[in-house]
Amino acid sequence: MMIEFLYFADCSSHEEGLARLRKVCAEESVSSSVKVIEVRSDQEAEKLNFIGSPTILINGRDIDPAGLEGQRPALTCRIYRHPDGRFSPLPAEGTIRKALRAGKSNCERGL
Amino acid sequence: MSALKIGDRALDFNLPATDGKHYSLESFKDKKSLAVVFSCVHCPYVKAWEDRLIALQKEYADKGVAFVLICANDAVKYPQDSFSSMKKQARDKNYPFPYLHDESQEVAKAYGAQRTPEIFLFGQGRKLAYHGAVDDNYEDPGRVRQAYFRDAVQSVLEGKPAPKPETAPAGCTIKWK
Repeated sequence: MMIEFLYFADCSSHEEGLARLRKVCAEESVSSSVKVIEVRSDQEAEKLNFIGSPTILINGRDIDPAGLEGQRPALTCRIYRHPDGRFSPLPAEGTIRKALRAGKSNCERGL
Repeated sequence: MSALKIGDRALDFNLPATDGKHYSLESFKDKKSLAVVFSCVHCPYVKAWEDRLIALQKEYADKGVAFVLICANDAVKYPQDSFSSMKKQARDKNYPFPYLHDESQEVAKAYGAQRTPEIFLFGQGRKLAYHGAVDDNYEDPGRVRQAYFRDAVQSVLEGKPAPKPETAPAGCTIKWK
């Protein structure tokens, strides 16, 4: 499984976000390494379709596809909406877990 | 850290607000305490703390504490922070405080603000009593251990120094031109 963590250094929560991703990976017994990518310029944001920090991709798929709607690439902090309606600069553990499980399942099915 | 130091006097401003008026320090002369909060529309940290700021303002309004929010972000690069978006945000959230537009970014620079949200709380004699974050947990209000801003407001009203006068403001960087 390919796991990518894209971040913009000015958003102060990226370290906490990466730690959260690694914690959930460990809990889900996912041994794949996390590729950490720093997005440094507007050009890189455009190229990577990076809508905000942090963005997590599992096998190239965004863990929160609903959050992509209406957004354009930018060097900014990303808004996540937790299941209870709260806004946060970080994805909920449950959102990461669900995406990892889907990624594992797709890998096992050869998708 | 900020250009203003604890104990420094508030710097004046004269900015348009989403309610169609202009505000300066004079507008709040009858208030015991004034919190100048640099904010914006697009930032997730602002959204995460927004309801807590609204609740705090409502709680302390009758005690002579006023908040004023200022958005200084470059709306050309970040259109979500335009004046029209600010108006929508204030309307949608029914802001109980004025929301000012610092289009030239001069006020934000003078204050030395770096992030959104970033609080400058002024007490007696409009001297800076607290600078920093709302509290220590942007993600979950139920897990806040240190309510920095609330504690500072309460201390100012009691004529005491804030227990922790400076904290690191966590948030998005102000988008400079």
